[in-house]
Amino acid sequence: MRNSTPSILEGTYRQEYGQVLATLLGWLGDFELAEDAVQDAFLAAVEHWERKGVPNKPGAWLTTTARRKAIDRIRRFNPDSVDPLTLETLERAEPSRSEELDEEADFPDDRLKLMFTCCHPALPLEQQIALTLHTLGGLTTAEIAAAFLVPVPTLAQRLVRAKHKIRVAGIPYYVPPPHLIAERVDSVLTVLYLIFTEGYAATAGEALIRQELCDDAIHLCRLVELLIRRSATQIDLPLSQKAEILGLLALMLLNQSRRHARVGSRGELIPLDEQDRSLWDERDIEEGLALLEATLQIHHPGPYQLQAVISALHARARTPGDTDWPQIVALYEELLKIYDTAIIRLNHAVAVSMAISPVHGLQLLAPLAEDLTSYAPFFLAQADMYRRAGHVDRAREAYRFALDLTRNARERDFIRGRIKALDVAL
Amino acid sequence: MKYYLLSYVDEKAGAAVPKDEMDAWIRKIKAWTDAMQESGVLVRAQGLHPTSAAATVRVRNEKMITTHGPFAETKEQLGGFYLIDCKNLDEAIEWAAQAPGARFGSIEVRPVWEMDLPAAIEAARERGMLQTQ
Repeated sequence: MRNSTPSILEGTYRQEYGQVLATLLGWLGDFELAEDAVQDAFLAAVEHWERKGVPNKPGAWLTTTARRKAIDRIRRFNPDSVDPLTLETLERAEPSRSEELDEEADFPDDRLKLMFTCCHPALPLEQQIALTLHTLGGLTTAEIAAAFLVPVPTLAQRLVRAKHKIRVAGIPYYVPPPHLIAERVDSVLTVLYLIFTEGYAATAGEALIRQELCDDAIHLCRLVELLIRRSATQIDLPLSQKAEILGLLALMLLNQSRRHARVGSRGELIPLDEQDRSLWDERDIEEGLALLEATLQIHHPGPYQLQAVISALHARARTPGDTDWPQIVALYEELLKIYDTAIIRLNHAVAVSMAISPVHGLQLLAPLAEDLTSYAPFFLAQADMYRRAGHVDRAREAYRFALDLTRNARERDFIRGRIKALDVAL
Repeated sequence: MKYYLLSYVDEKAGAAVPKDEMDAWIRKIKAWTDAMQESGVLVRAQGLHPTSAAATVRVRNEKMITTHGPFAETKEQLGGFYLIDCKNLDEAIEWAAQAPGARFGSIEVRPVWEMDLPAAIEAARERGMLQTQ
């Protein structure tokens, strides 16, 4: 069966949008104009490809067309934001046989620059996330709004504000100089990990996992890794950060390897110790472990790598009883030395409750209550430890707190099931 | 692009600094502004007297009300501003990071709204936002 032009176009959009936009932005230096020109090119593609068939190199066709559309727009509107020299640059960029372009050779890959612009720390985090998914992930406004469960106009406004700030504040479009790159790479990785965790442990809505967000985060992380590796001669990235990029990729792959086992046939949540481990994705685990191996060779452990090692210890355990909890406790202690947050302390307490006893775990939870008073996983962990320690009433109370704080429908079902099981056990 | 670097510091803590330390502090600010001057980015630098020297004016129902002190009680107060002309936000951020005040106060980097004021007034008048005299 042949793919219809619209579905090819949809695939092309997600694949090529970021690169085409990045190239145009490199020439134009104006976010809005670049976006308009790329949109024009995709509209032209709908008509042109239907009649003449899909070109061999859709990305090159789109870039050339977008460039022409940009020239049209500049001639027509003559915007102040565009340097008069830009038109000359654009006209000079005319390739002789546009449809046979070698994309790799003729168009430098500007997506890394776009990544740094989208994740500039002067932009609020929510804008960084939306802009990254929109420009580099090729997601539409409606898709991002649906993924983050915000109304479409809210999300649209978020994107408009981000682009406006990029323009008026003079947020640069470039690969940052060496002394800034460390801070900026951190900011890129934070955005990618937030996209992933929102996909993997959806905080609200009906579904437990929103796979498209996980896929996007992993795809973009691979892209960042590839782009940085390719431009290794120009970017002097500290080893610790090279290791963390790989570490984050490994962490996301190892976590998502459990996605099919984590959700039951009725969409319900299945906790780690009750999962059917034969459903874990071997390919993700293998790739994650191989990446982790390579990362640890660099000898610059960081938060993502340590979390990936913990995830790997789970991945390697054939049964819940095989889990090396003492080792996991030790790794959380290492992690706390470099990255001390209430949530890591919570995970550490859970590991201690497994490695030593629920009572030891509860002792570590107590001082966290104030910081995590509105965090459902805290009460879930507490309830679970009370249950295992035989304090049924306290367990029930903690489950009820967790239930009140949970906005995800599937997690709510899971907690109700736990409360019911407590009553049955009585 | 032009940016204002607005330096916010805790005046109370500043007032408690002994004289010799204060002299060293002023030398540091001088070194920083000199560096900006030499690299050609500095347009204008201006320190401010403390907020205790300030007056705040409001007009309500066409009645003028003058009060002493700053508009709002905050932990850090505006202590000086530096107008610089840079390539982009990152360059401005880098100069801000070198400000002595960044070590315990904070530096707000604000892009200047390049506005043709007479033209803006004319446009506002056309849209009926300003009453024609």
